[in-house]
Amino acid sequence: MLQTVDLECTRGERLLFAHLAFTVEAGTCLHIAGENGSGKTSLLRILCGLLSPTAGEVRWAGANIRTLREEYWQQLAYVGHLNGVKDDLTALENVRYGAAVTGRAAPVGHAREALAELALAGFDGSLARFLSQGQKRRVALARLFLAEAAKLWILDEPFTALDVRGVAVLSDLIGRHTARGGIVVLTTHQDVPLPGRVARLDLQVLEPA
Amino acid sequence: MTATFMAVVRRDLLLAVRQRADVANTLLFFIVVVTMVPLGVGPELNTLRTIAPGVVWVAALLAAILSLNRLFANDYADGALEQMLLTGEPLPIIVLAKSFAHWLVTGLPITLMAALLGIMFDLGVEPTAILMVSLLLGTPALSLIGAVGAGLTLGLRGGGVLISLLVLPLYVPVLIFGAGAVEAVTGGLSPQAHLMLLAALSLGTTVLAPWAIAAALRISME
Repeated sequence: MLQTVDLECTRGERLLFAHLAFTVEAGTCLHIAGENGSGKTSLLRILCGLLSPTAGEVRWAGANIRTLREEYWQQLAYVGHLNGVKDDLTALENVRYGAAVTGRAAPVGHAREALAELALAGFDGSLARFLSQGQKRRVALARLFLAEAAKLWILDEPFTALDVRGVAVLSDLIGRHTARGGIVVLTTHQDVPLPGRVARLDLQVLEPA
Repeated sequence: MTATFMAVVRRDLLLAVRQRADVANTLLFFIVVVTMVPLGVGPELNTLRTIAPGVVWVAALLAAILSLNRLFANDYADGALEQMLLTGEPLPIIVLAKSFAHWLVTGLPITLMAALLGIMFDLGVEPTAILMVSLLLGTPALSLIGAVGAGLTLGLRGGGVLISLLVLPLYVPVLIFGAGAVEAVTGGLSPQAHLMLLAALSLGTTVLAPWAIAAALRISME
């Protein structure tokens, strides 16, 4: 269970949100919506623990993530705005080393399957620099197949640059994760039908006081 | 934990092999700087022998500094660093692995090339050997201390100059004991004390620097 308590975030001089409190139960997908600049990415980075909130705290299973640290990150898979895909590694190496760095085992067979699921079967050995933007996104998302043990997925605009089939594969993946009792928190501007139990959180752009 | 360490080292070495030009630049820079000195100072062998250890060590420091922005900047730009900060493995282990990989592609080749440079400066067999030992013992500290600076200046504009200002003063002890070891040998003394201090510096930074690097990276990512 992911919970935020009285969360406040200021970037530069601007207040993005204040007194934000919500709870995401197991088996739920939380869709965070809002205009550009409403603080969606900042909120996701706070939920990951990359950014510290100006006030308030994020709790995982009742404990502050600042004290849980590695224990929390073991449960977390994050696909950010940046893909985290190395141009000079092949698609397969990216998936395997990506998983290894996060402390998850990634046997070759499993990594290949993950790429195949995302229609990258013939690109195992291609350097990522020769892949298109959408394909790089798929490589980043392939990590999620190897992160099934992670209970919480935080996805920042996961549908960007994906084609129709990619969107279908990903929303299916999200559906399966929530059906397993996992939690997905994501932002998207696309009108994608998300399967399973979906909650929605709207962030407003606050006028400067 | 060992598996993660090895995976990160392998990954960074693989990247270094694929980005050969970057690695080669650092080493060429080292050789060119050292080669420039006899051209400027003149071919007087006695002078060259006296200044050789200092010149090689200063060039090694500069080459290390030059290679530092490669350490985290690419991972920062493409988002790989975010993933590293969000692992269930201890971050100090990961940054230690990255610093070790950095040392393997800068400190180690510099140490090996010092043999050739020793001949160029007519240092003699024993001083050249001690120069190499001092580099072998001292360069790990350069990578580790440098990584702290690289972590702190990550994502800053003009980070390259700032990194030199931050890191060079911290390199001073390594420089003094490194060049001092060779001077001791040429002066007929035992270099043991200098070498032990160098080893102590490297061991100390191996223990402490990873925590500082990890903290620096977390601050830089905010």
